[in-house]
This record gives sequence, C-alpha cells and structure tokens, in this order.
Amino acid sequence: MAAAAALEAVAPTGALWGLVQDFVMGQQEGPADQVAADVKSGSYTVLQVVEALGSSLENPEPRTRARGIQLLSQVLLQCHSLLLEKEVVHLILFYENRLKDHHFVIPSVLQGLRALSLCVALPPGLAVSVLKAIFQEVHVQSLPQVDRHTVYSIITNFMRTREEELKGLGADFTFGFIQVMDGEKDPRNLLVAFRIVHDLISRDYSLGPFVEELFEVTSCYFPIDFTPPPNDPHGIQREDLILSLRAVLASTPRFAEFLLPLLIEKVDSEILSAKLDSLQTLNACCAVYGQKELKDFLPSLWASIRREVFQTASERVEADGLAALHSLTACLSRSVLRADAEDLLDSFLSNILQDCRHHLCEPDMKLVWPSAKLLQAAAGASARACDHITSNVLPLLLEQFHKHSQSNQRRTILEMILGFLKLHQKWSYEDKDERPLNGFKDQLCSLVFMALTDPSAQLQLVGIRTLTVLGAQPDLLSSGDLELAVGHLYRLSFLEEDSQSCRVAALEASGALATLYPVAFSSHLVPKLAEELGRGELDLARGDEPAKCSRHLRCLQALSAISTHPSIVKETLPLLLQHLCQMNKGTSEVIAVCQSLQRVAEKCQQDLESCWYFHQTAVPCLLALAVQASMPEKEHSVLRKVLLEDEVLAAMVSVIGTATTHLSPDLAAQSVAHIVPLFLDGNVSFLPENSFPCRFQPFQDGCSGQRRLVALLMAFVCSLPRNVEIPQLNQLMRELVELSCCPSCPSSSTAAAKCFAGLLNKLPAGQQLDEFLQLAVDKVEAGLSPGPYRSQAFTLLLWVTKALVLRYHPLSSCLTDRLMGLLGDPELGPAAADGFSLLMSDCTDVLTRAGHAEVRIMFRQRFFTDNVPALVQGFHAASQDVKPNYLKGLSHVLNRLPKPVLLPELPTLLSLLLEALSCSDCVVQLSTLSCLQPLLLEAPQVMSLHVDTLVTKFLNLSSSPSMAVRIAALQCMHALTRLPTPVLLPYKPQVIRALAKPLDDKKRLVRKEAVSARGEWFLLGSPGS
Amino acid sequence: MPTAAGSGFAMVGGGGVGGGLLENANPLIYERSGERPVTAGEEDEQVPDSIDAREIFDLIRSINDPEHPLTLEELNVVEQVRVQVSDPESTVAVAFTPTIPHCSMATLIGLSIKVKLLRSLPQRFKMDVHITPGTHASEHAVNKQLADKERVAAALENTHLLEVVNQCLSARS
Repeated sequence: MAAAAALEAVAPTGALWGLVQDFVMGQQEGPADQVAADVKSGSYTVLQVVEALGSSLENPEPRTRARGIQLLSQVLLQCHSLLLEKEVVHLILFYENRLKDHHFVIPSVLQGLRALSLCVALPPGLAVSVLKAIFQEVHVQSLPQVDRHTVYSIITNFMRTREEELKGLGADFTFGFIQVMDGEKDPRNLLVAFRIVHDLISRDYSLGPFVEELFEVTSCYFPIDFTPPPNDPHGIQREDLILSLRAVLASTPRFAEFLLPLLIEKVDSEILSAKLDSLQTLNACCAVYGQKELKDFLPSLWASIRREVFQTASERVEADGLAALHSLTACLSRSVLRADAEDLLDSFLSNILQDCRHHLCEPDMKLVWPSAKLLQAAAGASARACDHITSNVLPLLLEQFHKHSQSNQRRTILEMILGFLKLHQKWSYEDKDERPLNGFKDQLCSLVFMALTDPSAQLQLVGIRTLTVLGAQPDLLSSGDLELAVGHLYRLSFLEEDSQSCRVAALEASGALATLYPVAFSSHLVPKLAEELGRGELDLARGDEPAKCSRHLRCLQALSAISTHPSIVKETLPLLLQHLCQMNKGTSEVIAVCQSLQRVAEKCQQDLESCWYFHQTAVPCLLALAVQASMPEKEHSVLRKVLLEDEVLAAMVSVIGTATTHLSPDLAAQSVAHIVPLFLDGNVSFLPENSFPCRFQPFQDGCSGQRRLVALLMAFVCSLPRNVEIPQLNQLMRELVELSCCPSCPSSSTAAAKCFAGLLNKLPAGQQLDEFLQLAVDKVEAGLSPGPYRSQAFTLLLWVTKALVLRYHPLSSCLTDRLMGLLGDPELGPAAADGFSLLMSDCTDVLTRAGHAEVRIMFRQRFFTDNVPALVQGFHAASQDVKPNYLKGLSHVLNRLPKPVLLPELPTLLSLLLEALSCSDCVVQLSTLSCLQPLLLEAPQVMSLHVDTLVTKFLNLSSSPSMAVRIAALQCMHALTRLPTPVLLPYKPQVIRALAKPLDDKKRLVRKEAVSARGEWFLLGSPGS
Repeated sequence: MPTAAGSGFAMVGGGGVGGGLLENANPLIYERSGERPVTAGEEDEQVPDSIDAREIFDLIRSINDPEHPLTLEELNVVEQVRVQVSDPESTVAVAFTPTIPHCSMATLIGLSIKVKLLRSLPQRFKMDVHITPGTHASEHAVNKQLADKERVAAALENTHLLEVVNQCLSARS
C-alpha cells in the first residue's frame, strides 16, 4: 500500500521529468504546452517545474540553458496568474541574473520577464529593478525584432500597472527608454514605441533634461516614409504610423521649439505627402500650443501656408493649409495673456490682411479665391478674428462689386462676401451695437437686391443664398428690407422652367426666412399667393390652361414652402383646403394640391401643436370631400369623379398618413374615436359638411365608390402609434377580411388587405392576434381553391405574409412556403413571383417604420437565408414553363438585399445567375445584371473564368428592348474592365466594335453608359491608362 | 523642340506633362456644372432623345487639362455655348479656348477633345474641333492639324502622344 502511494506521488513528477527531457534535449515543442496545462490543472507546481529543469538551467552549454529557460518562460507565460509573491521574487532574481548570460539565452529570459511583468503578485520595487537590469544589461537594438518587441511589451505592462513606481525612477526611466528605442526600424515595434512615448508625455512622467533627446529619437522618423510590402501579413498601414507619430509630436508644447522649425522645413518639401503630414501635424499641435510656443515662428509659418495655398495644384494641400491656418488663429485667439504680453492675434491677422487684401482688388482676379479662402480660414477661428478681418475686407469687397460690371465677376465677389457673412453666424453677439455687420447693412442689402434682379441666374442664386444668411442675422433686416425681400422671393418663385435651380433656391430661402419672420410673410406673401390662386379661377374661361396650371403649381409649391411657422400654417392650410373644395379641377391639379398639403404636413410634424392643428383641420375636410364624392348621385361634378381616382386617392392617403404619424397618443385617440365609427357605423357627425343624400356604409353593400374610401381609413389607422387603442377592432378586422376577398373592384379589396395587414403587424402577440391570423388563413385557403376570387385571396395572403415577415412572427415561414408553392401555379405563378418584390421592398403607405409598424432591421437578410435555398431547389425541380417564376422570385430577393450582405453569397449562386442571363424576362435580366455588376468589381478573379459567357451575354442584352436592361448591361460591360487586363485583351477589338452601336441608342441615358464603358475598354492595355 | 515623330503634332517643351514650370501657373478657375438632371422624357422608353449640345459638352467637359489637375470645364477651355450640334445632319462642331494665346498645349487639348468624340459618338457624325477664333497665336496651324484625319490617326500611333491623351481622358481618381 505504502509503496503504491509513494509511486503515485512520484509518478507525476516522473512524467514531468520525461516532458522536460523531451523539450530540452529532445528538441520537441509539444511538451511545453503539456507542462503548462498540467501546472494549470494543479498536477504540479511551478517550483516542481524549476526543480525538474534543475540541471538544464545550469548546464554549461548555452543552447541547453536557453532551451531550459525557454520551457520555464513558456510555462510562466501561461501560468503567471498562479504564482505566489515569494515565487515571483525568486523568479525575478533568477531572470535578472540571467540577463548577463550568453546572447543565445536572452530571448527566453526576456519572454520570462514579460510573463512576470503580467504578474499581479509582483511585489513593489521589482518592476523598477527589472527595468534597470534591462536598461543596463541588454543592448536592445542589437536584438531581433521579436525580442525588441518583447522589451517594449515589458515596459508597456509595467507602465500600465506600476505607474507610480516607475515615476519613482525619475528621468532615468525616460533616458533608459530613449536608449532602448534609439535606432528602431521595424514598423511593428515603432507603433508600440510611439505609444510608450505618448504615454510618457501624457501621463506626466519626468522627462528631466531629456526633452530634446526624446524629441530627436521620435522626430527622426518624421515625415513617415513607409510603404507596406505587398501581402504584408501585419497589416500595418502608412497611415497608422503617421497618426501614432503625430500623436507623440503634437502631445506637448515642450517639443514646440524643436518641432516648429522641422515642420516649416518639411512644408517646403517637394514631396506631397511630407507637405500634407507637416500641415496636419501643425494643425494637431495648435490644440495644445499657446501664444508662447508659436510667437517666434508665426511669420515663417504664415509664409509657408500662404505659399502652399497660393501655388498648389493639390486640393488636399490647400485644404490642409487652410485648416492649419484656422487652428493657428484659433490658438492665438484662445491664449491667455500675461498682463504685459502683446496680443499676437492682431499682428498676425494684420499680416494676413496685408498679404491678401490687394489680391482681392486686382482687376484680373487671378488670386481672389485663394486669398479669400485664407482670410476666411482665419476669420472662422474666433469672433475676434472674424471681426478684425471682415471689418477690413467687407468694405473692399463691396467696392469691388461695384467696380466690376460683368455678372460672373460679380458672382465671384458676392460668393466671397457670402463666405464671410456665413462665418458671422458662428458667433452670437449679446449686445446689439457690437454686431459688426450692422454698419454694412444698407450696402449689403442693396447689393443683394441688385443680385436678385440681375439677368444672370448664377448671380441670382448667390444673391438668394446671401439673403438667407443676412436674414439669419438677428435684427439686421428692417421691416422695409423684409418687404422688399419677400417681393423678390415672390417673383423668383414664379420663374420659368429653365431657371429651375433659382426657383428651388428661392423656395428654400422663403422657408428658412419664414420661420424667422412669420409676420412679414403672412402680411406680404400669403395674400399675394392667395390672390394668384384665386385669379386662375376667374380666368378659367379664357382657355389659357397650361400657363394657368403652371402658375397654380408654382403657387401651391410656394404656399407649402413657407409653411414653416405655426402661424403661417394657420393661413396657408385653410387656403389650400379651400382651393381643393372650390373648384372643378383635373386630376393633376388635385394631386398637386394634395402634394402641397403633404409638404405642409411634413413641416408640421416637428411641432406638436401644428401637427394637431393640421390633423384636425385637414383630415376631416379631406374625408368629408371624399365621402361626398362617394355618394351615389346622378350628377357628379368633375371634382367628385376625380376624387375617387386611384392616383388621387393615393395622394390623399399620403397626406392623411403624414398628418397622423406624429400625433401624440392621446390626440390620436381622440381622432380614432371619430374616424373608425365613420367607416363602421356611418357616423358622419364630426365631418365639417355632413348632410349627405344617403348613408355612408363602405363595408355594407354600398356602392363601389364608398368602398374605395377604405384606402383613406387605411392611411389613418395604419399610421397611428402602436399604443393607440382602436375602438371596435374585432368588428373592423372582420369587415376588412370580408372586403379583401370581395370581388368588387380590385383597388378596394387590396386596400382592405393592406389595412388588415397594417393593423396585424402592430398587434401585440396573444390570443387576439392568433384569432385574427386564423381568420385570415381560413379566408385565404377558402379563396385559393378554384373559384372566382383566387387573386383577391392571393393578395390577402401576400400582405398578411409581409406583415408577419417584417416582425419575425413564427407563422411567417409557413405563409412564405404557401406563397412559394404558388410559384408553380399556372394561373397565380407570375403574380407570386412579383409578390416577392413586395415582400422585400419598403412600402410607402402601410407597414412603414414612420407609421410605427414593427419592422425588424435585418428582415431582408433573414428572409434571404431562410428562403433562398428553397427557391433554388424549387427552380431545379420545377417544370420548364414555370422555371422563370422561380428565377424572378429569386431575382426580387437578391435585388433588394444590401450588396455587402449579398456579395459573399453570390459565388454559390453564380451558375444560376449565368443561366438567368438567358432568361427572357426583363425583371430577371435586370436583377441578374445588378447582382453581377458588383460581383465583377469585388471578385474579378472568380468572374474572369466566365469572361466569354459574360461578354457575349452582356453585349446581347445591350440591345434589349428595355432601356433599363440596356443600361444595366452596359454598366456590366464597364465593370468587366476591372477583370485582369490579359483576360480581356483578346475581346477588346470585338467589344469596341460592338459598343459603337449603343453609342447611337435613341435614349440618352443608354448612350451615357455606352460612352463610359467604351471609353474604359479603349484604355485597356493602352499606354497612359 | 521635340516633335512627335511623323504625326506633325508639336509638343513644345513638354511643359507640365513631364514636370517643369507651368506656363500659366494660376489660371482662373470656373465652377463645374452639375450632373445633367434626368428629365421624365429621358426616362420614358418611347421618347427618343436627340444628341444635343449639352450632351456633347458633357462628353468633353471632364477631360483633364494636360498641365493642371483641372478639367477643361474648370479652365473654361470648353463651354457649352461653343458646341454646335445637329443630330439629324450628323454634325458636331466644338470650339475650344486655350487659357493663354501662346498655350503650347493647344494642339494636345484639341487632340484630346477629338479623340474623346471619336470614341464616344456614333460613326455617322462628322466632327470639327477648332480653336475659338482669335484666341490663339497659331490658331490656323492648330486647326489645320486637327482637321487632318491622317495626322490624327498617325498621332494616335505614337505611344507617347497616346499616353498623354489617355491620361487626359482617364476618369479623375
């Protein structure tokens, strides 16, 4: 028994002996991990490992010693958390001692120290001792890269956990590190070393007398010149090094006296990247520098920046130069001055002005833009800089404007003025008299009004933008100016089609200014627009129809554009509604009014009060008009018939939806209590005009006109916030299901199905939802069996499926399968294929996020993963005549999927896609082309295997009867040029010849693609490309 | 004066192309016109869109200047008003305006415009590329070279010239 117990005790150590021998003498790598695992599991202790190593640690042969220490270090790297304080002390002593050993041994010793530097049980004082030993004994830069990296890791670990102790070393630590990194060449190590220097500075380690040395040892890498080798596995980019070095150089004002001369020198460099890096570093420095650091260098810095901005051909140098000037000015503006110090900002700005202002006045205007940009960069830095510069520059520019007579020169000057004015918006002035623009007000206004009446559209455009900026300055414009401005905006809002951009700008400006000056717009613009709208009505008989229409359209647009303030909405909305009610209008004009109403509704959404005002004014009015129109009457006015048209209803749907989504729940509840009974019970009491010849019963056997209005009910109830309770929900849902499968007119049954789906989507899970679902499924199954309303039942199925797919309802997969089954149906197959498009796309009227529907973000991806394999399988199994349905369904799914998600999946679908290129269905062709195009860009290697098929098919499709297919095919021809050139060259003559044909396509958009594709093919393998 | 062999297309001084001082270091820069807005008619499958001046202008406005990192449009070398086109008669005339009257790049710019049009327009078009009257010292000579089909063809056989032209026609990176 005793012997057995003794054996057991010996056995593990015996096994350990074996492992150690295998590692040290047998040169096997495996045992190290085994020993570490055994230590971790507690089979033996670190001490036992040391004992087992015993002789090899002291072996006279350095290679054997190295091997022994390597094993110990590898074990420690995995087990350092198990060490006791006493063990750590001994180990550290051992390792420190070994640093003096043969150079074979050093790498393993450093590994061991790295393991110990991670040790929590390290007693105080030892970190310092280890670092001292390393600084003293190891010549780091003569070690290989990996071992240098280990040293940096040890330092980093200690800095993270033993900051206080290390700081006890004072500047010796800094000096030690300077010696460690001096001469480092490897980018991987540099990233770590820069990080350490950054921490030394930012954590306030003592630099002592070594500031300049520390600067030298890092700044010698500036500007970074490093190109990662091809196929670099470390993935270090030039940019990484640049940024980490910049973080060091710009981290302290103490480097300023050394760094600024260096930057000035490097901005002068011939090399673009050096210029950029220097300017960007200067920019970063300004965040920590003050006036003191910059003082001596300002003239040289300004000279360099000015030269770069004046002379450069590179937009990036210009942008970086301007950014640096901006930061310099900001830095000077921000600096706190001693009482006796001179404020450098003024002299600096005076310098800038002196060097730039005369360029603003040169008649040839050659350097106006660079000068203006420099001045604006400085002026944008602070309120003081802005005042100083604009008070000098504005008078000059105002004078120049009048000196030049050509519109395009004036435009340039006004654009510069605009730039300066915009800068003023950044600063707010408490005191009215201090506002620097006040003195120029009259001149600026007269200049803007000149611009607004200039024949040049470009100048007008700048004028409009300037007016907006002037208006945004508080108390600048007088009421007289405003009246004049409003007059101009009125005129500009009616510009002809060819000055589209000016008109749009004028409308935008009106909107922006109306929020600030509602009274001016109410009193000067609204009456004019009202009159203009009314005038058309009287002139109807004159027969100047198109002109009147377009003036009306402009008027409607202007009315919606200025509805940016609640008080203005209170005037414009009644005008628009009145206009809608009064007239016998054509479809397009009614739609235009609705669009205008919708824009107003959008503008009201942000303001709760306006939102409710709009809702309770517009919605009952629209409903009343529609109900009136739906009454069976012998003589319908034109308007009545028009109101029931699909397009008009759709326009009204979007007005009602927009007016509902942003209602607060309690107000929405008030409204729903009126509107649902209107549709279910014919309760018309809340409508403004409510004497109708007969009852409103859209769900009963009413005439088809009444049923069509279910679309309006849908617009309302499907836009309500989810927590608004809908009265009589049970009855409503049943009526909707009934109507959805009623063979009346397709649009009303579709509206009922959509409405049902929209409500279903928002219902919380539970018994009620399950009942409604069962109701729908029963109805669908009954309807899908051969009979008169298969197509209605299919529509209901489609919408219910969509409602469930969007919210990841468990039943959705079941319904999707049902839908997929219908792809093989000879009658419903094509419709089912198109149904996939509806499932994947965003609706505008129901089931929208804006309308509070439950839409999971990833529903498309999920649908793709769940259903594409089945679709592919279905395609292969299907008979020839229904195969296109599967391809089309698949096309729709692929089409709507975000490209980044799709790309990794496409190679597996590639053979199917190539087959689909031969399908005669336009939708399939289009979708396939749009899948292949990004694939050509992203995976040219894979695609080049199929180059022959691709060239042939794409060229064929480039003469398709469908314009969209031709365009997509030519885009693919263009994308083909990304394939490796040698693969393409054999096809070049043939392709260039074939692409000559679409150059003469009758459609411009096709020609455009042909031009760019053909141009790229010409460049293939040609010099200079 | 190194001359592109055989083509007759002079490349004075090689300025800008191979480095060295720019002839006109600070040109006045003009605004780029935006993308042509797509009209409803253009999206309608049935309506044919004829080739108009703007379309031709869009072809040439983004050609890079051989000297500056700017387009011909930004330098105002080409303008839409200087494009005459008749789709039914299959003719195009483009006048371009060198930035300075002694611009040595005029021939090269003209050649680039011509090549761009050759590559981008249907073969039926007869094209005329010339200098805006009165804007260049050797206007006549340049126009003559550009009108000479054989010289243009020969110029494109010249690797060096083709390289420069291709650079002008490459999309800006």
